Amino acid sequence: MYLAKIFITLKKSILDPQGKAVHHAMQNLKLSGIEEVRIGKFIEIKINSKNKDEAQKITEEACKKLLANPVMENFTFSIEELLT
Amino acid sequence: MNSSIIKFGVVVFPGSNCDHDCFYVLRKILKQDVRFLWHKSSSLEDVDVVILPGGFSYGDYLRCGAIACFSPIMKIVIDFAKKGGKVLGICNGFQILCESGLLPGALLRNRSLKFICDNVNIRVENNTTIYTSAYKQNEVLKIPIAHGDGNYFADVDTIKMLEDSGQVVFRYCEPDGNVTLNANPNGSVNNIAGIINRSRNIMGMMPHPERASDEVLRNIDGRKLFESIINERLL
Repeated sequence: MYLAKIFITLKKSILDPQGKAVHHAMQNLKLSGIEEVRIGKFIEIKINSKNKDEAQKITEEACKKLLANPVMENFTFSIEELLT
Repeated sequence: MNSSIIKFGVVVFPGSNCDHDCFYVLRKILKQDVRFLWHKSSSLEDVDVVILPGGFSYGDYLRCGAIACFSPIMKIVIDFAKKGGKVLGICNGFQILCESGLLPGALLRNRSLKFICDNVNIRVENNTTIYTSAYKQNEVLKIPIAHGDGNYFADVDTIKMLEDSGQVVFRYCEPDGNVTLNANPNGSVNNIAGIINRSRNIMGMMPHPERASDEVLRNIDGRKLFESIINERLL
């Protein structure tokens, strides 16, 4: 069993109003030095596959076909083996 | 059967909520043949036009419209559209068309982060499409919007392509037709409210013409959109 940890982030060119609103709130909290806030998604999927390579392929396909929208998002992921 | 009657199919996803409004306008007001198409159905039942209605398909989970793309019926809708079949996506339907790649771009969260439910003015930018032929070029319509993710975005090249080839069909504007920043409710690039594909058979729009088609509501600015589709058959 493998665990894929997927990060989905808005592309740099896309304005993130949610991140901006949170940034404002941080400024209201007087948290200093915060330059920018960007909000994305974190997804975990468990994969029953033969090996890590196959888990990698499946994760990649899931990201491309469904989990991320290439028009506005980028994705990265890591895969670890789960000890049962 | 009367040849002036068109067969419309309104797709029903779990979470669609403007399906009945579309059905009502087409059946009761415009006297057309219309049926609901369940998302698990594997047939379009020979309809001439498919409507993807507004709502919150699959609870807007992941991204608006993202899950609906993989409903069984969407496979057939995509085939139908690619062969030139007429597909109209309204609000969530527009989001589904973008997610499925039938239309370019994406609909992001409104610039204000607020869900907006309001009457807005839109200008007809292209009245040579099958969806807008009953309108005058540059006609200003008052049509309701109701969305949280209607901020149309596409990269610079795509926007240029849409603009250059007359694929922008509706633009948010002032009551006098001026396209201003102030008239843009959600932050859409170039005030874009609706677009059509290159082959002119697939259109998506955020405003709800079906909510402005019954005289009881004192606004029938949206009715001509459906009449355009019906008149097309008569030509």
